[in-house]
Amino acid sequence: MLIRGAKAAASIAAAVGVARWLYDPKGPQAKKEEVNFLGTFAKGLPDFSVPRKDGQVISIIKGQDRAKTVSKAIEFLGGIERFVSPGDVVVIKPNVGFATPPILGATTHPDVITAVVKLCYEKGKAKKVIVTDNSINDPASCFTISGISKAASAAGAEVVMPRDSYFSPLTLEGGSLIKDWPIYCAPFAKATKLIGIAPLKNHHRSAASMTMKNWYGLLGGRRNVFHQDINNIIAELAMLVKPTLVILDGTVTMMTNGPTGGSVSDLKKTNTMIASCDMVAADAFGSSLLNLKPADLPYLSIAEKAGVGTVDYESLKPLRAEVT
Amino acid sequence: MKITTVRRIHQLFFFALFLWFCIVTTVGEKFWQIRNWPINWFLQLDPLVALGTILSTGKFYWSLHCALGTVILTIIFGRFFCGWICPFGAIHQFVGYLGNRGKKVAEKIRLNIYRNAQCVKYLVLVLFLGMAAFPSLASTLQTGLLDPIPLVTRSFQLVLLPIFDRGAYLTPVNARYYELGWLILAVFATAVLLNLIIPRFYCRFICPLGAFLGIISGFSIWRIGKTKPQCINCKMCEKACEGGCEPSSSIKIAECVLCFNCRDDCKHDLIAYQTVPSLAGETQVDVSRRGVVLSLVSGVLAAPAIRLSGKVTSNWYAGVVRPPGALAEPEFLKRCLKCGQCMRVCPTNVIQPAGIEGGLEGLWTPILNNRIGSSGCQLNCVACGQVCPTSAIRPITLDEKSGLGEFVSAGPIKLGTAFVDQGRCLPWSMDKPCIVCQENCPVSPKAIFTKDVFTTVRDGVVSIKQVTENTIEIDRCIPADKFATGDYYVLFEDGSRYKISSNTATSIGISEGKVPAVAAGKVEIQVRLQKPCVDIEKCTGCGVCEHECPVSGKRAIRITAEGETRSKDRRLLL
Repeated sequence: MLIRGAKAAASIAAAVGVARWLYDPKGPQAKKEEVNFLGTFAKGLPDFSVPRKDGQVISIIKGQDRAKTVSKAIEFLGGIERFVSPGDVVVIKPNVGFATPPILGATTHPDVITAVVKLCYEKGKAKKVIVTDNSINDPASCFTISGISKAASAAGAEVVMPRDSYFSPLTLEGGSLIKDWPIYCAPFAKATKLIGIAPLKNHHRSAASMTMKNWYGLLGGRRNVFHQDINNIIAELAMLVKPTLVILDGTVTMMTNGPTGGSVSDLKKTNTMIASCDMVAADAFGSSLLNLKPADLPYLSIAEKAGVGTVDYESLKPLRAEVT
Repeated sequence: MKITTVRRIHQLFFFALFLWFCIVTTVGEKFWQIRNWPINWFLQLDPLVALGTILSTGKFYWSLHCALGTVILTIIFGRFFCGWICPFGAIHQFVGYLGNRGKKVAEKIRLNIYRNAQCVKYLVLVLFLGMAAFPSLASTLQTGLLDPIPLVTRSFQLVLLPIFDRGAYLTPVNARYYELGWLILAVFATAVLLNLIIPRFYCRFICPLGAFLGIISGFSIWRIGKTKPQCINCKMCEKACEGGCEPSSSIKIAECVLCFNCRDDCKHDLIAYQTVPSLAGETQVDVSRRGVVLSLVSGVLAAPAIRLSGKVTSNWYAGVVRPPGALAEPEFLKRCLKCGQCMRVCPTNVIQPAGIEGGLEGLWTPILNNRIGSSGCQLNCVACGQVCPTSAIRPITLDEKSGLGEFVSAGPIKLGTAFVDQGRCLPWSMDKPCIVCQENCPVSPKAIFTKDVFTTVRDGVVSIKQVTENTIEIDRCIPADKFATGDYYVLFEDGSRYKISSNTATSIGISEGKVPAVAAGKVEIQVRLQKPCVDIEKCTGCGVCEHECPVSGKRAIRITAEGETRSKDRRLLL
């Protein structure tokens, strides 16, 4: 009897204890806006830029051989040694949006990837080079069919495909669109340098897809809602990402049917490679290859106002050359 | 080594092989991806797959030739497939063993007695074959619902592996989704758990493949049997009898799955695998003629009865969008096994097991759901047709899919057509720029084009107070910066229109051009909208637009099967 009583008392005490422990007097509340500002948030995107050198901001190289033009373009800006120091972990962010072969020009050409990865390892003495993107089509198919997986792996780079866990919510201070939105952060967490490599493409909504639009790949979630305000989102992405260097490959330009293309008849040989520490300047020049004016791309002036770069690229005295 | 040990090694080996073939059914170049692994080998060995398609199509599809080997070996050796190879059988045997460990010998013997209900599986077989065999009425292949190889393939590919994928990343993409996965799992789990009641419950009572192999094992040259008519009747031979075939007396030879447990368990060595019939007598398939006739008639009538829904003809459901290369619906339903291989291999996860929206017979057949997965049906992919074991989805080439090379005149294969739901589309009905669908349309020239219009925004007519330089002072408050996105314009009464580059609460700034020097009057704030339209001659129905549409619940552009290449009667174009 006593033992039974003791057991009963213990059970009652346990039940009350558990109830007390888990007791929630309020119930679920309306969600407070949790804001992760850049810089205060540990997993945010670091500033990858290197100190500015006047007269070595942008280079424009004419030529057909991507390996040669991209090497020359980087050499003009001070060589890869200016951007990549021994022991650096370099992330390369190409445009691998679509599952189309390199010949259709909808994705960054693998030859540029090969050349830049080799430069990073051989002259920059990088510890590691990572190639990654958050594709629009199926990522594995995009990386395989675009030839980027093969080129990157052959040159010794690590190819990273997106996973849900690689995204963290971020808020851009001073922005109005990137608020508590999932951003592709994890591959950049341990990186020390970031190089964006974009093809040059027509885009019906934003008129052109170049180095600034290339950062769209960092947006996670149902990112397509931002197409309602395409110019501001491109400008905000350019504010969010501070790359070491951007490369705009205008060896061929997708003149029509962009950004997917799908036919070689959408392409035109423009034989130009641009390397730049200033994304706005690179894209402002790039617009000329699409027969556009910088004023046709409102995101350029929005980004300039935000201090991202300079629309008037000629004022930066681009370094020009032709390689054959 | 004991023969039962050899058998266990065999079963383990073939189960591991089956599992390996499931794992490698993903597109890629690594050794653990598809490469040239014969991933359909178990389905190709399955003679019920071959028989079912022979009855429904009148032809013996080349890829299924291995099944003839199974039939020949069964005629020589008996039901070796069930006891030695079938991966589902191996699962049943293992679970049955676990569930009955520790039971008394008498109890085990009682569990393994022959039961009259074991004839049900023959009736299941006849029912399914009846549904397939009369194309003049209606012919539909439903063996895959219960045929153990498609069943176990579907269960592993669409449920069990994806559960592990969520943590282990066996596939290179993010977690996979399969609608109706729960139902597939429920059938699988029920079949497996029934072993706790009676060992190999599924094999003994339900399995239509076992029934078929049982019938032909009646001709087998070697068979299990007693070497003397009399024994002490200790029944130890039935302690672990997997087939429930009563080797102690007149053996039911069609039920014997060649587990060889009886031969091992007989302390007097009275049981042998031999060419003479058992000296204690043999009993052939025990099924009533009445039952067979009833099943056959039911099957023959069931197929046209299901078709009364009209789901294959005039009442077809628009959402049944089949993978590229799929045959026309009636032919497709004669071949599809519901094995799930196409759904597993699809790199974008867009191929899903259907419910009954396309008719009862369409359960678990492949349909495209563009809301699931990573990206509609990719232009540069024909994986589903390459893995289909019965060619319900033809093994098309990339050229045929895209209408290139020798297929230029035929044009690309259309899965359906995209339709814009103007009531849900942001530019069409909400004055918001968008055209994500147009951007992502992968064909060249794009099948989605835009009609570009300027529309005055709500409350967008404002009176001019003053015009200075390129700034228009207005008399009413507007939201600051709202119209400075590059998409808004200001329209003067003289018809001239300027892009707005900035705006405050009471002024509008223009950066390009020179505005008219008017001192009064009104201007309209307009938004430039690109309204998406579909060119049905170009649209292939790939569904990338539907996948990408930002209206995430019910998409504002959706694919339905009108215009699909496989059905002439669903065409839209003249």
